[in-house]
Amino acid sequence: MAEATLRIAEDGRQAYGLSPGLQRLSSNRNWLGAWFMLPAAAFLLLFLAYPLALGIWLSFTDARIGRAGQFIGTENYEWLWDDATFRLSVFNTILYTVVASVIKFAVGLYLALLLNHNLPLKAIIRAVVLIPFIVPTVLSAIAFWWLYDAQFSIISWSLRQLHLISSNIDFLGDPWNARWSVIFANIWRGVPFVAITLLAGLQTVPPSLYEAATIDGATRWQIFRHVTYPLLTPIIAVVMTFSVLFTFTDFQLIWTLTRGGPVNATHLMATLSYQRAIGGGYLGEGAAIATAMIPFLLAAILISWFGLQRRTWQQGESND
Amino acid sequence: MTDTLVPKLAQPKAVLTGSSAAADHSEGMSYLETLPRRIVTVYLPLTVILIVLLFPFYWMALTAIKPDEQLLDLDTYSPFWTWTPTFKHIYKLLFETNYPRWLWNTMMIAVAATILSIIASVLAAYAIVRLRYRGAQFVGGAIFLAYLIPPSILFIPLSTVVFQYGLFDTPFALILTYPTILIPFSTWLLMGYFKTIPFELEECALIDGASRWQILLKIVLPLAIPGLISAFIFCFTLCWNEFIYALTFISSTQNKTVPVAIVNEFVDGDIYRWGSLMAGALVGSLPLVVLYAFFVEHYVSAMTGAVKE
Repeated sequence: MAEATLRIAEDGRQAYGLSPGLQRLSSNRNWLGAWFMLPAAAFLLLFLAYPLALGIWLSFTDARIGRAGQFIGTENYEWLWDDATFRLSVFNTILYTVVASVIKFAVGLYLALLLNHNLPLKAIIRAVVLIPFIVPTVLSAIAFWWLYDAQFSIISWSLRQLHLISSNIDFLGDPWNARWSVIFANIWRGVPFVAITLLAGLQTVPPSLYEAATIDGATRWQIFRHVTYPLLTPIIAVVMTFSVLFTFTDFQLIWTLTRGGPVNATHLMATLSYQRAIGGGYLGEGAAIATAMIPFLLAAILISWFGLQRRTWQQGESND
Repeated sequence: MTDTLVPKLAQPKAVLTGSSAAADHSEGMSYLETLPRRIVTVYLPLTVILIVLLFPFYWMALTAIKPDEQLLDLDTYSPFWTWTPTFKHIYKLLFETNYPRWLWNTMMIAVAATILSIIASVLAAYAIVRLRYRGAQFVGGAIFLAYLIPPSILFIPLSTVVFQYGLFDTPFALILTYPTILIPFSTWLLMGYFKTIPFELEECALIDGASRWQILLKIVLPLAIPGLISAFIFCFTLCWNEFIYALTFISSTQNKTVPVAIVNEFVDGDIYRWGSLMAGALVGSLPLVVLYAFFVEHYVSAMTGAVKE
């Protein structure tokens, strides 16, 4: 109805005005739409779509820094397939993404439920929770670097004072310690985002549902499982899709804390592609590693999106 | 329809303060919990999580003002507090290094990229939501997909593009590439805001003879100011946080941004570097934290709004 009125009003205006050509450009909605889309489209095509295609093309060439590449087919991929470092980086990336995402989700949901209580100083606490997400990753990663220092780590020192350990923990020097340390730093940064967005979802759950469930004698767990969780699934699907995506492609945290070391134990695909392409100059090979991330990303998006959405359908709700 | 406008525009406050009726429902049944039970199930875990979340910042700030000899000697002095704070590290940072220059670079690049992105996003979002040209739905979906393309898979081809365009090692390399991260997000956010503005207002203006351009400037934008502030703040933070493009496209010391400069220029073999390193991290974080403190509600509504739509 409103649409129709608008269209009539617009058509009416065409009777007046200047030359037909100008009229067409300024009031035909398709033309006007094209003009309005122009700046955004220019940015996205020039600096997003074109590089994306160029990246896939580069991965099939032997380009180096300062030298355009020749088409070499799938040679880069074949080489990477036999490359132990690349395989290790795939393993690290999957481990990093799975462990960090699962814990971020669990802790984030728990924190959101805690924050949903009626607390004193509620506004301040909720604002403070988000600070790790505001501070640039590199700067907080540097703080973690200091916390993880091999010699002067306050964590090691405190544990030694409590007589829980006898010598300092080598957080970033030992392969598995380093993996858990970077995973912890990633969780630390991601939890606030998950918690605050889920909190926003929690606040849309109508209180009458909780009251009805309580009157029916539901336990706390039953209320969570059968009221809160089903209503929250759509927003969980979106939040976790984003979380998985950004964890999988993480670069800054690893680069600041370990640069992929020790002995490549924390190299993710993103850091390895930087090291090979920019550090080593093998643009084609780096582009192949970056392109190899795309199928994983698509799989991760599809799993977290449809996996969680299907549950909503099963419960017979509209899926938005 | 005007009724729907008011709650949506007032919404930013809801998440943080729980002030709207729907947001605050815990009060209704909280009498069912006893205080000791609340302490164990709510306050205790919340305190633990808050301490873990905030300790790195406390440690960062404390390290930045501790004298050098206290930094490395954990046994003689209590490591968790200092009675002799010093501004030596911050002074050194601001007057003996390029740090002010890097701060200025970061700020300028962030502001320029944000303004460019907001202008492009306002136009795009308005066209998608209100002009509804042919294919607008499809374009909306494509823009959302663009949001899912991470910089980590783009930086290699982008570096060759930046080089070809002659932008390498100039601020424009970042000013022009950051909008690819910002435009999808802010367009999506602004589309949500524009949808809440009643059609009737635009109809009235059209009948009064306003052009689409006038409608956008004089009716839609003033009503979407909360959304614009949210988009602006969030974009600014994203720019400040961006690392991989800045690391790849900038090579000379004086053109670097704060995150890259800290990682590349401050890390030397000096055993006493921690003080200045933490001072650098602290000073680099403060502008964002101050901005955040002023616009918490807008920030949260930007974050949750983009997820919800």
